[in-house]
Amino acid sequence: MASHHYTSTAKALHWLMAALLFGLLALGFYMHDLPLSPEKLQLYSWHKWAGVSAFLLVLFRLLWRVTHRPPALPETMPKLVQFAAHAGHFGLYVLMIAIPLSGWLMSSAKGFQTVWFGVLPIPDLLDKNKEVGDLLQTVHMSLNLLFIAVLAGHIGAALKHHFVDKDDILIRMAPRHSKEK
Amino acid sequence: MKRLALALAFATLIPAAHAVEYTQIQPDKSAINFVYKQMGVAVDGKFKKFSSTLNFDPAKPAAAKASFDVELASVDTGAPEGDQEVAGKPWFNTKVFPSAKFVSGTVKPLGGNKYEVAGQLSIKGKTQDVVVPATFTAQGNTGIFDGSFTIRRADFSIGEGSWAKFDIVANDVQIKFRITASTK
Ligand code: HEM
Repeated sequence: MASHHYTSTAKALHWLMAALLFGLLALGFYMHDLPLSPEKLQLYSWHKWAGVSAFLLVLFRLLWRVTHRPPALPETMPKLVQFAAHAGHFGLYVLMIAIPLSGWLMSSAKGFQTVWFGVLPIPDLLDKNKEVGDLLQTVHMSLNLLFIAVLAGHIGAALKHHFVDKDDILIRMAPRHSKEK
Repeated sequence: MKRLALALAFATLIPAAHAVEYTQIQPDKSAINFVYKQMGVAVDGKFKKFSSTLNFDPAKPAAAKASFDVELASVDTGAPEGDQEVAGKPWFNTKVFPSAKFVSGTVKPLGGNKYEVAGQLSIKGKTQDVVVPATFTAQGNTGIFDGSFTIRRADFSIGEGSWAKFDIVANDVQIKFRITASTK
């Protein structure tokens, strides 16, 4: 039988990325509306650096996920709800890959290369092209709106498990509850 | 007008046979681009409109003359927001200073197809001496001039106020040009 707890690595990745992604979402919408200024350009760079970091983290997280089976869902959950939970998690992974990818491609198409922390140049996968750049900006934003919707469902479900169903779904992702590496 | 009359007078005096003078700029095959660094990352831009005059005879490089008039509002920084910003007061202030000017002084042949063009560059009411290395490649009755040089934006007060520091937008801006000209 599978363990009832997530590994501490999985937990660390979960909460680290949660903080990073909320920061990226807030920063993304905030910086987009700023008038052009040195601060805006600075924030754009920081957003891109943090976004690339999130991309690398999710790749590592996926690797961890396929090599470390997460605990099974409680038997009490109906099959359909279990399916919805898995589909939701799958969607979150897809978006965590697609959003930074679209940001990276957008930056390439707009002609503003990403240099991670100002040190490591990330190759431009697309040639400079205004139409493609504008399209990818729309894609990046739309995926983010979708991400927010899925996250709302994710958080809502976690809270329902904790406060309504009173099961251990939220607890088993909580930092202190780690009996196993 | 006077200069034109003078030129015509000379033209009738000098036998045209041996002189190949490149004078007709072909705008569609010419470009003035620039590269600036934003937080250490190189970004390309260009000026879409400029006019120029040119007299270049490879046999008499020292007599060559060139002048450029770049319409600063035609700037393409890579982002529409950026184009608007640099037309504004802290940058080019195109309302008051619509164009940048380059006027050549002495032209020094460096051997082969290389030349060094000294001249004066005026932007935003400030004039600086610049030395522009260029190469010339003849292709039938057209000739291509290629070159690049670096200016410091602060020398021309380009990017004042909150932009005056160089941590976000670097001081050095590389100007690259390719001018295609044909003989008459
Ligand atoms: C998971 C990672 C990321 C998240 C959650 C995220 C989120 C966001 C959000 C919410 C916006 C505002 C959308 C808008 O209003 O247009 C935004 C804009 C932007 N993002 Fe990201 N982003 C991520 C990764 C990246 C990456 C990796 C890059 C580039 C390497 C990037 C580049 C940009 C740019 C350039 C904008 C501004 C678009 C504009 O205003 O022109 N993002 N991002």
